[in-house]
Order: sequence, then C-alpha cells, then structure tokens
Amino acid sequence: MYQYDQYDQAMVDARVEEFRDQAQRRLDGKLTEDQFKPLRLMNGLYLQLHAYMLRVAIPYGTLNSRQMTALGDIADKYDRGYGHFTTRQNLQYNWIKLEDAADILADLSKVEMHAIQTSGNCIRNISSDHFAGAAHDELIDPRPYAELLRQWSSFHPEFTYLPRKFKIAVIAAETDRAAMRLHDIGIQIVKNEAGEVGASFYVGGGMGRTPMIAPQIREFVPLDQLVTYAEACLRVYNRYGRRDNKYKARIKILVHEMGAEEYTRQVEEEFAHLLEQGVEPPLAELERIKPFFADPAFEDGPKSIDRSDPDFALWVDRNTVRHKHDSYVSAVISLKPVGGIPGDATGDQMRLMAKLAKQYSFDELRVMHTQNIVLPHVKIADLHALWTELEAADLGAPNLDTIEDIIACPGLDYCALANARSIPLAQRISENFAKNGRTEELGQLKLKISGCINACGHHHAGHIGILGVDKKGTENYQLSLGGSEAEDVSLAKITGPGFDEDGVIKAVETVTDVYLETREDGERFLDTYRRIGMTPFKEALYDK
Amino acid sequence: MTSENLHSQDLGASPDEVQFRFRNDEPADHGTVTVDACCDQTNATAVRIEPGDDARVLLPFLDRLALVEVNFPTFGDGRGYSAARILREAGYKGELRAVGDVLIDQLSHMRRCGFDAFAPDKPLDEEDARRAFEGFGNVNQSAADARRTIAELRHE
Repeated sequence: MYQYDQYDQAMVDARVEEFRDQAQRRLDGKLTEDQFKPLRLMNGLYLQLHAYMLRVAIPYGTLNSRQMTALGDIADKYDRGYGHFTTRQNLQYNWIKLEDAADILADLSKVEMHAIQTSGNCIRNISSDHFAGAAHDELIDPRPYAELLRQWSSFHPEFTYLPRKFKIAVIAAETDRAAMRLHDIGIQIVKNEAGEVGASFYVGGGMGRTPMIAPQIREFVPLDQLVTYAEACLRVYNRYGRRDNKYKARIKILVHEMGAEEYTRQVEEEFAHLLEQGVEPPLAELERIKPFFADPAFEDGPKSIDRSDPDFALWVDRNTVRHKHDSYVSAVISLKPVGGIPGDATGDQMRLMAKLAKQYSFDELRVMHTQNIVLPHVKIADLHALWTELEAADLGAPNLDTIEDIIACPGLDYCALANARSIPLAQRISENFAKNGRTEELGQLKLKISGCINACGHHHAGHIGILGVDKKGTENYQLSLGGSEAEDVSLAKITGPGFDEDGVIKAVETVTDVYLETREDGERFLDTYRRIGMTPFKEALYDK
Repeated sequence: MTSENLHSQDLGASPDEVQFRFRNDEPADHGTVTVDACCDQTNATAVRIEPGDDARVLLPFLDRLALVEVNFPTFGDGRGYSAARILREAGYKGELRAVGDVLIDQLSHMRRCGFDAFAPDKPLDEEDARRAFEGFGNVNQSAADARRTIAELRHE
C-alpha cells in the first residue's frame, strides 16, 4: 500500500502545526467561533450533541496494521475505548476534548494518518472499492488513481471554499462496491476500444434530501488528463454552484438545474482551456504510485475448506469473497454483531484486527462503506485459524449483506442534526431477525437507516430504507423499498405513512414476509420488489 | 445614506487600506467600477469583481486594467479564487487585490490563486499573516503562482 515520502509527511506535519496555531488563535480570541468553525471542520473536528467528534481520514479505505493499532490506541487514550467506522470508509471518535485534538493529530501523523478534509466544504476523503487489488472481476487496481486524486485534492487552493462538501469515488470493476454513482464525482476506470486505460466520469450524484443518480458526462478521459478533467468539473461547480441555499448547494442540484448536457458543455470548455495551462501532474507520478499497490507474493495452496464445523462453514459461505488468486479469499470482519452498534469497534478489537491482518493478510485492512472491515488477501488454508480468533473476540458474525448487516448513521444518540435514533432501531431489528431465524433464508437484503433527511445512513440506497423524522415532537420512521447503491443503482420509494419505532420494526418483518411468499427462484428481495412493484407490499403494510 | 449616494461613491478599497502588497509598482489611486461599467466604458482601468460576476467578460479589456479587486463579502464564498486564477491564466499582469472578509487562514490559498494585494476589512495580525503567507513549504497543485509542485519535484 501507499507509503509517505518526505513530501507527504511534511505536508501532514505542517497541517498539525497549522491546526495547533489555529486552535491557539481561537483560545487567544483572535478568531471568532464562526471563523474557527470552518477551520476545525476542515480538520475533521465537529461539535456534536455531547462532545467533539473527530473524523480520521482513511484514504480509499486502505490501512495497515500499524495504523489500525494506532487507531485502537487513540480510542483508549483519548476516547471511551471505541471508535466508529463510517460509510465514507473513515473512522470517527465520538468523545473528544478540544484540548486533545492537536495531540491526537500528532499521534496520527506518526503513522501517516490525518483528519485533513474529512469535513468542511472541500473535497473529502476519496473512497474506492473495498476489494480493490483483490477482486477477481476488476480491470486494474483503482487505488493508484484515487491516490493521485488524493494528492491533487489536498489543500487545493481554488477549491477549499466550495458551495458545499464534495465526494469522489473511484472504482475499476463493472460491479460497483463503492456507490460510485451516488457521489458528486464517480469515476470508473475503463478500457476503450483501442485497449487504452482511461476514466469514465459520472457527475452530480448524491443522497441527502434530494437523492440523484449521477449521469455520465464523459465516457473516456485519458489517464494523463485525469486531474485536469476533475479540475474542470470542480471549477464549473465552484463558479456556478448555488450558494444562496445550503440545501441546494451540492453539485447534483447544479447539474440537475443546468441540465447534464449544458454542464458537460461548460466542463469541456474549461477542460480545453485547462489542458493549455498544464495543470496535470507528470505521468511519472502515477507510475511512481502504482508499485505501492502491486500484488503481494501470493502462494498456491488449498482451494477448499473442511466443512465439518457448520458454524465455520456458514461464516466462510457468508463472509468470504472470491479473490483473484484461487488459493485466497477476501474475508469480511463483521462489525454488526446481533444487537450491537453498526460500525463500532473497541480499541482491543482494532488491535486484534491489526494483528490478524499482519498474520494472515499481508499487513493490510480495508474499511467497507457498509461499516465492516476486510482482510483482503487471506489464504483459504488460514481461514479456520482466523475465524477461531474472530469468534473469540465477538467479531465472527456471519452476516455480510444480510438483513443483520445494517448501515446506520449515529443518529440522535450522537448527532446534532438528527431527528430520530438510528442505532437502537438497528439493534432491535438485528435481534429480531436473529431470533426468528430468517436472516439466512432472506439472503442478500441491504437495510439502511438514517436518523434524518441528510441520509448519512444511505436509506435511499437500501433494498429496505428507513428514515427517521420528527413528527410533532416524536420520532417517526418512514419506510422505503427498492434502492440500490450497486451497479444496478436505483433510489428507494417511500411505502406510505410512517410508523413509530415498534411499528417500523413490525413493518420490516411484514415486507420480508411478502418477499418470502412471492419470490421466484434465485430472486433477492430487490429483484422481487422490482418484478412485483410496490402494491403488494403496500397492501400488506396498510390494508388491515 | 441613500442608495443613490451608495452608487455614486467610490466602490473600491483605497490604497491606504491595502495591508499587504507583493508588487513594486505604484498602487492605482483611482476607484474601481463594476464589471458591467468596465465593459461599457472604454477608459476604466480599475474594476471590482463581485462573487456573482463572470470574470471572463473582462478578458477583452485586460490590457488596459491596472487593478482588479475581487470582493469576498464572506470568507466562505470561494468564487473569488476561481475568478483570480481565470484572470491570471488569461495573462493579466496588473494588481489583483482581495478585499472584504479576508482572514489569516485564506491568505496562502489566495496568494496561490494569483492575488498579490490584500485589503482586509479588519487589519490582520502582521506576525500571523507572515506565517500564513509562508504556507506549508510545498504545494500539491499547479496554480497561478508557478511554484513547482511536489509531483514535479519528485520527478525532476
């Protein structure tokens, strides 16, 4: 994986010192809170309901055991012994003291990590396919391109005060594991007819209160123009994105109001102009980055497991994914134990995952946008030993992509924006399905919960989505069906009137009953919904 | 003040209000006009860009302009950064002055986008500003200041 050279390290160290200086000027009264806020936000520091929250960047979700260990140590030293992995492949600490923030950043800097641009109206951490470099179906590893864009987007002088936050995802497979088309810019690395590698650009997707699927605006950008094209996309947005209304300031609104065709025309014009300016980094830089992501030394070994232990066999079936080398798999460590808080891990668990990565996965881990952890390269021969250690640490839940594998935002338990709690709902639903034993029978079923309209829990993209709203002072939950963040991307539709907490838990059961009664061979919940439509679900929910 | 008075007064920051200047020539000592007025009258040499203005309409007139002010009514409105780069990319060599809600933590980015004069609404601490202008030592992107990027330094 990528390692800092002296330049990368110097930039991060400089940012730590700059932040110390900013915090000091705030304490000295030279900065008002209004002036300090965007500065601390651009360093990932939010004021939440009860305390400061610090969001640490994990570029394209890739980290090594030393970094994961440091994250666990910080959780113990400065927080309450745990951290929360997020849908942007980052980590959040929820109980931070302002006076500790600069020290935490200094600790992070020692392991080549930071909190730069994890918040604020700037280009955020770049996300990618969590199986990058391991997936059997990818064209090439997308992470060198994500790294190139990370460097370009860090401290960009023109794009630090954008109309709103800006999220970029890069993938390189037809299977979309990064919700690419629900990003401000989604990039798919592709090959053209001449066999050259380049980038397809999709611009103007997003979730939030106005969910949109990004249209493709350019089928093929040559690799030696990738940064220039991104710069053109951003410049048109910085100049013309709405600033009069925070809720209409994302690029999706600009692309929608202007029309994809007109937006594209302006980007192409700006692109032609910028090509003459020579803003592209030398192609040699991409070539320098690539070897950091070269394959580790895979060895041939056994290609099947001993299935005599049914619990182990279930975990392997559920939580391991085909690898490009047939003696390996990618193993998913579920952070969704039944009744647990989705995405949370304790300091001890983080250190254990780090140790296992070193032992079994070439020292590499990935954070999934679904708030789980991946050991990308595990020998099939090592799976039983790995599983045994995970089980002992409550990390062996065999529920990848099942109804127990719920995405949930922090909700009203932490977040100042939330209207309703998300975590307790996720806990009760997973307990419910673990108890009635239907999880396995239901197969792939992506349930996503957001505690407010900002949609951090991706409810628009859930096969089943739940949105918490405030209804005259009480928590109310809207149910929606039919969303997908994958290559078959779609936005979920609301079933009808909302429910209270007990009601929505019952409603989830009702819609899964409809699915089990009407599904045809091999259909997932989403497929059945797409075939039969909303009506049968509505009837079951509302016609008593 | 009536709105008529507001329009007839000099729009720009006077040279006295310029706190930092990275040029050796004499500052322009006449007021700026709006972008619209600048395009209409053939003798204007100083213009003020508001966030909603399209800097590109000034491109035919760059030769006669000695001063372009870019107003930042609030520091969070970043359109002025693009305006500045667009003017420099088009070859504008005159003074490019950031005015308005200009604060310490925006100085280094503004400088990179081509601003060479700064007239903040409230004077800034000189020592804080000096450190801010120094920036981080190295830069990741190519911009209006022609500094060599980290990527270029790696491969020279």
